[in-house]
Amino acid sequence: MSAVPDLAPRTEEEVATALRNAAGPLAIEGSGTTMGMLRPVQASRTLSTRKLTGITLLRPQEMVISARAGTTLPEIEAALAGHNQILVPEPPDLRVLMGVPDAPPPSIGGLVAANLSGPRRITGFALRDAVLGIRFVNGAGEVLRSGGRVHKNVTGLDLCKLLAGSHGTLGVITEVTLKLGPAAERVATLVVRVADEAEGVALLSAGLTSPYGVTGAAMLPRGVSAGGVAGPVALLRLEDVEASVTYRMARLRAAMPGGEVLEGEASRALWRAVRDVLPLAPAPDEAVWRVSVRPSRAPGMVAALRDGIGARVLLDWGGGVAWVAGPATAEAHAAVMAAAGVAGGIFILFRAPDPLRAAMAVIPPEPPALAGLSARVKAALDPAGRLNPGRMRAGG
Amino acid sequence: MIALPAPKPEVMGRRDEILAGLRALVPGDGVISEPLRLRPYETDGLSAYRQPPLAVVLPSSTEQVAAVLRFCHENGVRVVPRGAGTSLSGGALPLADAVVIGLMRMNRILDVSFTDRLAVVEAGVTNLGITKAVEGEGFFYAPDPSSQLACMIGGNVMMNSGGAHCLKYGVTANNLLGVKFVTITGDVIEIGGGHLDAAGYDWLGIITGSEGQLGIVTEVTVRILRAAEGQRAMLAAFSSTEVAGAAVDAIMASGVIPVALEFMDRPCIHACEAFAKAGYPLDAEAMLIIEVEGSLEEQDALLARLRDICARFDPISMRVATSAEESLAIWKGRKGAFGAVGRISPDYLCMDGTIPTGELPHVLRRIGEMSESYGLAVANVFHAGDGNLHPLIMFDANDSESFRKAEAFGADILKLCVEVGGCLTGEHGVGVEKRDLMPVQFTGPELAQQRRVKSAFDPGWLLNPAKVFPLSDNPLLSA
Ligand SMILES: Cc1cc2nc3c(=O)[nH]c(=O)nc-3n(C[C@H](O)[C@H](O)[C@H](O)COP(=O)(O)OP(=O)(O)OC[C@H]3O[C@@H](n4cnc5c(N)ncnc54)[C@H](O)[C@@H]3O)c2cc1C
Ligand SMILES: Cc1cc2nc3c(=O)[nH]c(=O)nc-3n(C[C@H](O)[C@H](O)[C@H](O)COP(=O)(O)OP(=O)(O)OC[C@H]3O[C@@H](n4cnc5c(N)ncnc54)[C@H](O)[C@@H]3O)c2cc1C
Repeated sequence: MSAVPDLAPRTEEEVATALRNAAGPLAIEGSGTTMGMLRPVQASRTLSTRKLTGITLLRPQEMVISARAGTTLPEIEAALAGHNQILVPEPPDLRVLMGVPDAPPPSIGGLVAANLSGPRRITGFALRDAVLGIRFVNGAGEVLRSGGRVHKNVTGLDLCKLLAGSHGTLGVITEVTLKLGPAAERVATLVVRVADEAEGVALLSAGLTSPYGVTGAAMLPRGVSAGGVAGPVALLRLEDVEASVTYRMARLRAAMPGGEVLEGEASRALWRAVRDVLPLAPAPDEAVWRVSVRPSRAPGMVAALRDGIGARVLLDWGGGVAWVAGPATAEAHAAVMAAAGVAGGIFILFRAPDPLRAAMAVIPPEPPALAGLSARVKAALDPAGRLNPGRMRAGG
Repeated sequence: MIALPAPKPEVMGRRDEILAGLRALVPGDGVISEPLRLRPYETDGLSAYRQPPLAVVLPSSTEQVAAVLRFCHENGVRVVPRGAGTSLSGGALPLADAVVIGLMRMNRILDVSFTDRLAVVEAGVTNLGITKAVEGEGFFYAPDPSSQLACMIGGNVMMNSGGAHCLKYGVTANNLLGVKFVTITGDVIEIGGGHLDAAGYDWLGIITGSEGQLGIVTEVTVRILRAAEGQRAMLAAFSSTEVAGAAVDAIMASGVIPVALEFMDRPCIHACEAFAKAGYPLDAEAMLIIEVEGSLEEQDALLARLRDICARFDPISMRVATSAEESLAIWKGRKGAFGAVGRISPDYLCMDGTIPTGELPHVLRRIGEMSESYGLAVANVFHAGDGNLHPLIMFDANDSESFRKAEAFGADILKLCVEVGGCLTGEHGVGVEKRDLMPVQFTGPELAQQRRVKSAFDPGWLLNPAKVFPLSDNPLLSA
């Protein structure tokens, strides 16, 4: 992507005008950290939302925030910290993972467009679940809204969810309204040494099927470490009011003997590292995939990838998501696709050199009936095919 | 009264042929066409509207659903999907020329995994049926609409239903992992499954809450959760709705989010008390039911904090349950609220708008004024934590003037909800009931955009037509 975008509108109306006047396809970017994002976009001009910034509504007692798309994650987190509130889905900052540590921090519009969630996803809330409302401009340059600012809303088709995770191919998000949650009074993590992924995932499952409200369940395999903790270990996080964390941690420890407890900042730092996938630390020439599977299928899949392509992994979401680092080759990609398929899951190629990403399916191919729907839905929102052509799939 | 599209003459004229075609696809007693046996299907939870369909088909497999949809598509026959028919917005109301596809025979639990915390069930399994299947191991399915004994998971998916406990656990959308989905052309598509999140477009997200507009769901994969160690409720009564609203704000800002936070106004308290004898404070203008979860000691700690917060607002009375029985007693009136209002009024309309919680006192005051000017009583009960109002407007269905007034009153309440920054429906859906109010919340281009997405799934508008979107400007659905 260009360091300086061709178009950086300052208002929603300018975004709409830019789209109405666009002569050809546009690459859409937020903070513009997309150098390794999905497939290279087939567009000669770039439109960035980086100048569309600012928090437009913050009502802690209603647990809601609205911000223009270019507002960065740190700006939002700082505003919320003052009110002891958080974004429950814990969206990650993947700059280090993607090899662009000095790029500007992620924008909220870009995060929503990629539907990126962190460890707390396991409690039931992905970033798309926190989106209460969205303002966007479709490919025809119309300014539209879906959802609103209230917590319960089933009025009409939920275009918020369609836009979240559509990677800028259906509309340019100009503003999002997100549901908030209370910041925990206390955070603590139980660190339990395990023999391998099978034991690790079983332990995470035991934690998640306890009545203690676990809010993070990750595993650092052998050879992977974070915040001074070296794998193979299973990590279970509790976040709640003081008295609850004390009581529940005692019960968890009793159920999982041999565990050690990390408190306060040590615990927070560990989960920030897991959130941002830092423990994976891929080499500059390696590719990175994210594979989502039914948790009990993770140990087998990890073993297959380790044997097959020498992969290194980080497991989160109780084993339900594996971040995989391995050689940036067509063979390795085929192996990841196959392993995800065998495990009944899905994959996203996060990071790889341009030629590989342009040549491969970076997300699973859709069966014909779904592919037809994808094309028709794309045409329903972006009839002229102006937005991020080729980002998710070749020709689409 | 709400207009329905004119029946298609070419379909009405081929009735026998269509019935024979359906009988070939769903043999046995799976196709109903005798007027008497169609009666149970002519309405749903919005019983003011009735319309017998052309026929009802009760398939027992995904293959049969696919075959029926393909047949209807090829023959230009409109289709109305149906679960238990508890929709309060007329979502399952038939059309004279439509085939109702009822999912109630697809009621098997297909797979339960406690380690992976999921259950795969057919669309006709009831909401409570899922919890019943897993509660032996201490698990439950979280969204708990008051209709949970009857309503089906397929209907829940299509309405994105909520419940009293969605303040903590979220609504249906937040508890789904996958669906088996049949398109109008009869293609069967697996969406999601045992894993979290999509790699391509979020099909699960757009299907959830789509009110039968996009296709038919035949199987659903839901998250199941381990239940907390216990739960306990408290009740706090206040001298005005303003003060109770301020207490709600204080609770939500405190960092202690209860699992449920329910609000009842004076008429509702009185109706429920007369019905359930729950010991509700009859001198109060407003009352909150607050529930917390955890071990006994956690419950004590949380209730103490919530009691302290409520105490800052000069409550008339407070009652903290000391046992599970006392909690049940506190809930008893609230759970029977609809039935209780049904006893004091021959008929009622249940509204469902959502407002920003800060607007609560203002909105309740306005509803009170409207109640006076329309001359119709209203009882307010709602999910306070998320601002989802359920004003129950009482009227007499035998008096058409009373019904007309009740509908106009309801529409005014929903317009008010939108005006203060909220929406027309928080959990009951648009259906036919709120269809013509959609332009209050959405601009022309916004509605057109939603319609284009609908058309991407259903170009001929055969799926549950005449619901959700106004009929005007729709050449496929002229009245
Ligand atoms: C497959 C994949 C690859 C990734 N690659 C990288 C990477 O190379 N570098 C990196 O730092 N992070 C990467 N991330 C992380 C992620 O993209 C960003 O952290 C996050 O999206 C926000 O960053 P941003 O504001 O810089 O958005 P961008 O990285 O600029 O954009 C992210 C995606 O969202 C779209 N988008 C951005 N803003 C909007 C908007 N307002 N409306 C509609 N669409 C919008 C873009 O077209 C792009 O497809 C990747 C994520 C995924 C899922
Ligand atoms: C007393 C009472 C209390 C209620 N309480 C609540 C509450 O607390 N919270 C709440 O959210 N709702 C509540 N409701 C409303 C209602 O129960 C819900 O909307 C419920 O989800 C409807 O489920 P159902 O199986 O009855 O669906 P139906 O009413 O049969 O259908 C609902 C809609 O979904 C479509 N549909 C149904 N099944 C399918 C399928 N398999 N595929 C495609 N489309 C389908 C229908 O066409 C219709 O548009 C209540 C209703 C009553 C009568």
